[in-house]
Amino acid sequence: MALAFDEFGRPFIILREQDQKTRLRGIDAQKANIAAGKAVARILRSSLGPKGMDKMLQGPDGDVTITNDGATILEQMDVDNQIAKLMVELSRSQDYEIGDGTTGVVVMAGALLEQAERQLDRGIHPIRIAEGYEMASRVAVEHLERISQKFEFDVNNYEPLVQTCMTTLSSKIVNRCKRSLAEIAVKAVLAVADLERRDVNLDLIKVEGKVGGNLEDTELIYGILVDKDMSHPQMPKQIEDAHIAILTCPFEPPKPKTKHKVDIDTVEKFETLRKQEQQYFDEMVQKCKDVGATLVICQWGFDDEANHLLMHRNLPAVRWVGGVELELIAIATGGRIVPRFQELTPEKLGKAGMVREKSFGTTKERMLYIEHCANSKAVTIFIRGGNKMMIEETKRSIHDALCVARNLIRNKSIVYGGGAAEIACSLAVDAAADKYPGVEQYAIRAFAEALDSVPMALAENSGLQPIETLSAVKSQQLKENIPFYGIDCNDVGTNDMREQNVFETLIGKQQQILLATQVVKMILKIDDVISNSEY
Amino acid sequence: MAPPPTDLVDQLRHEIDEEAPLPAIVLPPASGSLSNSAASVVNTVEEEEGDNETDEEASDDDSDKGPTFIRSLGAWSKPLHFTPPPTLPEPATPRFGVTEMLQKKRIGSEIEIKNHPTETQGSPKIYFVHFYYSTTSLDTSSSPFQRRISDLGDLRHRAALSRLPILSMPIDKIFKDDASEEKGERARMASFIGAMAVADLVKSTLGPKGMDKILQSTGRGHSVTVTNDGATILKSLHIDNPAAKVLVDISKVQDDEVGDGTTSVVVLAGELLREAEKLVTSKIHPMTIIAGYRMAAECARDALLKRVIDNKENAEKFRSDLMKIAMTTLCSKILSQDKEHFAEMAVDAVFRLKGSTNLEAIQIIKKPGGSLRDSFLDEGFILDKKIGIGQPKRIENAKILVANTAMDTDKVKIYGARVRVDSMTKVAQIEGAEKEKMKDKVNKILAHGINCFVNRQLIYNFPEELFADAGVLAIEHADFEGIERLGLVTGGEIASTFDNPESVKLGHCKLIEEIMIGEDKLIHFSGVEMGQACSIVLRGASHHVLDEAERSLHDALCVLSQTVNDSRVLLGGGWPEMVMAKEVDELARKTAGKKSHAIEAFSRALVAIPTTIADNAGLDSAELVAQLRAEHHTEGCNAGIDVISGAVGDMEERGIYEAFKVKQAVLLSATEAAEMILRVDEIITCAPRRREDRM
Repeated sequence: MALAFDEFGRPFIILREQDQKTRLRGIDAQKANIAAGKAVARILRSSLGPKGMDKMLQGPDGDVTITNDGATILEQMDVDNQIAKLMVELSRSQDYEIGDGTTGVVVMAGALLEQAERQLDRGIHPIRIAEGYEMASRVAVEHLERISQKFEFDVNNYEPLVQTCMTTLSSKIVNRCKRSLAEIAVKAVLAVADLERRDVNLDLIKVEGKVGGNLEDTELIYGILVDKDMSHPQMPKQIEDAHIAILTCPFEPPKPKTKHKVDIDTVEKFETLRKQEQQYFDEMVQKCKDVGATLVICQWGFDDEANHLLMHRNLPAVRWVGGVELELIAIATGGRIVPRFQELTPEKLGKAGMVREKSFGTTKERMLYIEHCANSKAVTIFIRGGNKMMIEETKRSIHDALCVARNLIRNKSIVYGGGAAEIACSLAVDAAADKYPGVEQYAIRAFAEALDSVPMALAENSGLQPIETLSAVKSQQLKENIPFYGIDCNDVGTNDMREQNVFETLIGKQQQILLATQVVKMILKIDDVISNSEY
Repeated sequence: MAPPPTDLVDQLRHEIDEEAPLPAIVLPPASGSLSNSAASVVNTVEEEEGDNETDEEASDDDSDKGPTFIRSLGAWSKPLHFTPPPTLPEPATPRFGVTEMLQKKRIGSEIEIKNHPTETQGSPKIYFVHFYYSTTSLDTSSSPFQRRISDLGDLRHRAALSRLPILSMPIDKIFKDDASEEKGERARMASFIGAMAVADLVKSTLGPKGMDKILQSTGRGHSVTVTNDGATILKSLHIDNPAAKVLVDISKVQDDEVGDGTTSVVVLAGELLREAEKLVTSKIHPMTIIAGYRMAAECARDALLKRVIDNKENAEKFRSDLMKIAMTTLCSKILSQDKEHFAEMAVDAVFRLKGSTNLEAIQIIKKPGGSLRDSFLDEGFILDKKIGIGQPKRIENAKILVANTAMDTDKVKIYGARVRVDSMTKVAQIEGAEKEKMKDKVNKILAHGINCFVNRQLIYNFPEELFADAGVLAIEHADFEGIERLGLVTGGEIASTFDNPESVKLGHCKLIEEIMIGEDKLIHFSGVEMGQACSIVLRGASHHVLDEAERSLHDALCVLSQTVNDSRVLLGGGWPEMVMAKEVDELARKTAGKKSHAIEAFSRALVAIPTTIADNAGLDSAELVAQLRAEHHTEGCNAGIDVISGAVGDMEERGIYEAFKVKQAVLLSATEAAEMILRVDEIITCAPRRREDRM
């Protein structure tokens, strides 16, 4: 351990309480870290691809999640090891940036680490390996750019987008109705997309789920869905041509922020106060009525009296609507959120063609649909499914599909999936390796081999002979010089990914390679691990 | 467990120092030829009873012999690429007698099932014992042995452990302290076993001759529930196995969505998994099984769709269909003796709803006493309240104001208001004003020209007295649902302000009177305007009977209200399953590839439902099902199992019908759940959240 001697030969301690710490250094540290990283990758490896398996995660409160979304698995795993946490971060950043390929990036990083271990055994210095990886990743990214294809679509012809989303969904449990879900996702994205600026604000797409029904009942609503019902059971359940007042002030007597007291000392005062109170409610309702609102949506609760008055004046109202939903409603209906009754004007009302309440199942579950909004920018995807886990998983899958569609709108380039891109890169990197003098050459070759591991895992998960399949595809690519051949996971009978319509976005793939390389480099550079050993 | 002898630790440390460069917890790979060496680590305990103590003794004995890790196994250095042998030892599934299982392992830690009719005996007990080492713990802790028993609790595997894939942990710590990870075959097995255990648990309640379960809660009072409603049983179990939770979940959803078939869905899912497990054992990939199951489910649904009966147009026939459905649903419940009576009640009640599925409009009042046969449906509305003293006990042509307003002291709602006075006289004045205010309010209410006033909140003595003076019946503290229902029945609106008497809609009814049921006085509203709501008064010997009767009736009502919307019906008594099984079988023959095995298995799983029904009725299931299958070979056959006569019979004649919606939901959710569990190849369990010590 860290023990030093001063000039008199007396030992002194550098690390505090060092006997309570464990320390790993040099090659041991690297190997331990690599092993930890690999262990995480190993968990995810079997989830890759359309035939990938799911993981069942039991949370600290006994709640069960079943998923094959890499980011979700890693997020919910109780990871303690620091390096393993790095891998979790890696998957998360891929999720934030791209939204898809979260499993792939971890598998890729795991493969890179595995290769690095071999190079370490050969005696190559970790820094050289890291540098070699860096060079190789640059080659791979450039090559991806070269083999990528532009991809034409517009609002009327969105079929290609649907195809890409279907690739993403096919690896999830929802692949039974991937076609309809992919269409929903694409339509939703197109509805909110700003094609001029090539920008998509995914916040405008609300994904709402409700247990019950079938997955096939999942629908896209051009409008907002609010999990609330009318404040009074006898209010009308359907309003056409609604003018919506969106309020953030409660239907209650005002509560000034400053501390005050109203002292009552005479009977007259008591009477006037009483009258005033009644007037408050009357005025509030009257104001809403005056501006021509036919529906009131409020962030707060109502007093009984106010509630009845509203009902009485035939003014349906919804209470306790969350802030996020309120904003969405405001965007969709083109209304303004009004914080005071005094500021209510007709221009600030939102407009919607149809507002209706719909009930589900045998239990008392009602939801409010706000449709045909003035500004159709906000949409809702309403997911139905057999159980809660199914819905959660569908939500995650839809999110992935939405991200993919968004990425395509941002950048039209695609590469072919099914491992085709990885194989092509592997070939390119392998070829490039020979040009580099120095030790890095070996690291670059290792990188090429690591790239192979993604198609290998795909083949393995699909029940094919991994090495055989991979080598067959590789030689085919090399022979015909076409980068579209990938692993035939679904047993369609062809290796040509163009025919199978398996695409992935270019930026997604590039990001995967870059992120994985970065993390691996970081892990390789660690040569000393000092940790508290409580155990 | 006692720390192992020091020489063992030394020896281990020695080995590890020498060999393992990275901290690895490793078991020798378990393949057949190495079983001898593996036996020292993984000890195969042969014993009669699942007794923990013997178990531990045995393992201690083993560790005394010293470790015989064979380094040449290579397991120390390269544990990562060890692929487990794909097959499980036969028999892979332990079939437990439920009682036995529960007593031992207590899946339901809260509930113990007291009596069980079908106790499987002589089933093999299987144990998992799983150790691993950690090098760091060797250095620091006194007890290097960490011992893990598979999280199925005491469900352990005794049989041929040496062939079980036991995976090694390559790194000492990836997960937090108590988190654990199950992989591959073990994970699949854990989820299969868990799911099947749950399915077997409710299996015996299936069908008209299904048995009940007693559920005793561990909470205060140890309250007891007797039921054979699958959803209720599963809801009250505390289950640790994640796969079992999936099944509980689908049962819950089935309850919410269609109300009935909660047991069938679990049993079918369990059977699907049992079949799937056999297929996995014969080396068919789960994904192939899933693909086959999906095709089969689709085909089965189509088969049902082809055979549905829809009598929507013919009102009379439709009603008789509903009657039959209600009777079929009820015959498996406690109400089976009086099923006709109750079926009639349920159908009447549902017809009054006029197509809405809002079951809240049907009020069920439980009053112990009398017999189940004395239960009745009341056209009007019954409110479980007493009439105030001095107020009329009987009102004809009542005008009712339904209100939600404070009738105690009417608070000033303006924030920060308070009364501050400086003399006694003023207090009196204010009090007077307050009284005046209340009087005003009462007068305003009276101005509506009513003779009955129902309020959700309390009515204080003073206003009550005022109401009594005016000859108005005032009912306080009706609960919120009661108020809503009353609004529905009488057609009045729920009022909170009383300034515009002319525009408030009042409720009307012909007669309000106080009635006695058993010993309790209730208020009865009859001759109401809107006939939507109604009340069902259940009578019965005890609370348990009543509770169960309510659940059964609720099931029937749910099914009926759903059927009113989707009027397609099917025959019952195992008929739909046989129809589906036949079609699915045919599909299996036509399908090429490995999927066809899965499709065939699906059909077998479907047949398991009539088998279970027959078994539960104490009939010769094998004989009956074979007969049924033969009958179904002819086109348009209506044969099903008639449990009452114990033979195969024509279901149409017997009048056994089921709702299409229920069957479809059972089929689809069971397939979905089986699929979810099949897709899992790894279970990661987080450390349970620690409760803070409240000291």
